Amino acid sequence: MERHLILAFESSCDETSVAVIENGEKILSNIVATQIKSHQRFGGVVPEVASRHHIEQITDCIDLAMSEASVTYDDLSAVAVTYGPGLVGALLIGVTAAKTVAYAHDLPLIPVNHMAGHIYAARYVKPIEFPALALLVSGGHTELVYLAGPGQFEIIGETRDDAAGEAYDKIGRVLGINYPAGKEVDRLAHLGKDAFNFPRAMDDSDSFDFSFSGLKSAFINTVHHADQIGETLNREDLAASFQQAVVDVLADKTVRALDAYPVKQLILAGGVAANQGLRDRLDSELKAFENVDFIKAPLKLCGDNAAMIGAAGYVGYQLKQFGDMSLNADPSLEFDWIAS
Amino acid sequence: MKILALDTSNQTLSVAVMLDDQVLATTTVTTTKKHATQLLPIIQSAMSAAKLKPADLDRVIVADGPGSYTGLRIGVTTAKTLADTLAIELVGVSSLATIAANIINEPQLVAVLFDGRNDNVFAGVYRIENGVPVSVIKDQHIAFEKLLPQLKALSEPIVVLGDLDSFTERLKTALEANFIEYPIELSLPSAVQLGRLGQRETPVSDVNSFVPRYLRLTKAEADWQKQHPEEDSSDYVEKV
Repeated sequence: MERHLILAFESSCDETSVAVIENGEKILSNIVATQIKSHQRFGGVVPEVASRHHIEQITDCIDLAMSEASVTYDDLSAVAVTYGPGLVGALLIGVTAAKTVAYAHDLPLIPVNHMAGHIYAARYVKPIEFPALALLVSGGHTELVYLAGPGQFEIIGETRDDAAGEAYDKIGRVLGINYPAGKEVDRLAHLGKDAFNFPRAMDDSDSFDFSFSGLKSAFINTVHHADQIGETLNREDLAASFQQAVVDVLADKTVRALDAYPVKQLILAGGVAANQGLRDRLDSELKAFENVDFIKAPLKLCGDNAAMIGAAGYVGYQLKQFGDMSLNADPSLEFDWIAS
Repeated sequence: MKILALDTSNQTLSVAVMLDDQVLATTTVTTTKKHATQLLPIIQSAMSAAKLKPADLDRVIVADGPGSYTGLRIGVTTAKTLADTLAIELVGVSSLATIAANIINEPQLVAVLFDGRNDNVFAGVYRIENGVPVSVIKDQHIAFEKLLPQLKALSEPIVVLGDLDSFTERLKTALEANFIEYPIELSLPSAVQLGRLGQRETPVSDVNSFVPRYLRLTKAEADWQKQHPEEDSSDYVEKV
């Protein structure tokens, strides 16, 4: 089989990443420079600080990706890059660097939607079979996406307010856990029990939309009320109760979506896809769907990385969805809604 | 030496392709702020007008600040990526010196100001010597009212270029006859002047660590450093 190598870039938030991917399925290198320690000083990502770190890192990441993959620019077939959604100043570093490499070596440029990238992290587990459904859960997004075929992504439901990961960070702050709080809340949750029974936004409508702000407010009010009367609540139980509510909502809508859209695969992806409570719950829910193959994005590819962009970019490469030198960052890029 | 010079530090976008001091192609656009969409297409057409391929280049020269943070990053990312991926030389030149280089009479003093909002400026003062601007007051972010007495203390005629809208009246009052105003086109950055200056400089030794000269910390970083004067803030990004 002919070898097609893609040099992929990702810089949409607080990770600068460059990868070399073979035929959209094999990671030859995947360099990730994370700024988490820097933004932890501020309790969250500061956009201008993020942009400044990206430009410090970008060519070093390119050099490392190329050398670790043991390839030269002559070996490459294309350059792929996240052009949205994300922080505009951060996106611009990856977009500008990718365009420059494409121009310098006369390579085709493939613009990639960051969310398509997250879904294609699952490609490193096995080939995606269509139609498929993806549950995408991250700090910025919570959505159910229907994939009719390669390169086709349609939203069937999304959060109406906070993203799930955002809710984790906000309640994490109340528990004194630094951003990103997901991992620690997940750990605590496994030590506690659902004692608080927070509200779940699960109406019986046909909508597959999510909502987490009511849950977040209930959590914060519960903790503040206890503070006021001098009562200390069990942190493990608080975490467990919050996580149980989040997982219930995500699982409920996903199961309903699977009922409404018969698919061959369910893909779980995005930063919050690393959450063990969510992975376990969907594992057990999926037993009721014998014909649906459940693919979880590999743990180390749940966060932002360029390997996933290379996998999604390979689909764009095959479909010849090329961009030109005027490609711009699109911070609010999103998939279309499915036609109803 | 075949050179690509580019300046996207402010509203003006300027690109030049040069063979030593000879200009092969140049484009300057003042009507766009979408440098991200414009820069590479303009580089592409200037290079093809000059009949050069990227691999023909020996050196890339970029105006590396001060200026608009996003604008600087578009120019510097393009320049450092080009230098890195083609293994060619990289030179950064002050965006203020680039404009000062529009003046050729010697030994003229030239001050260049960019509006830094809230009555602050990014400014530098140069003396034209042997055809190039030599720094007299270093590039800095400073309250205009603090800069003004420094300009006055130089006690000689001074050409003031840059974004002067908010400052002309006060410059006239303070400097009186020493304030020299030139036609507005001399305040436009030219990648040709940038290329001329950058050819004379030693290339950077480490392309990877090359970043814009913002001349100003982010507010978050400044506040944090104030609260944590002991901590070394250099090592916050890690490869995982």
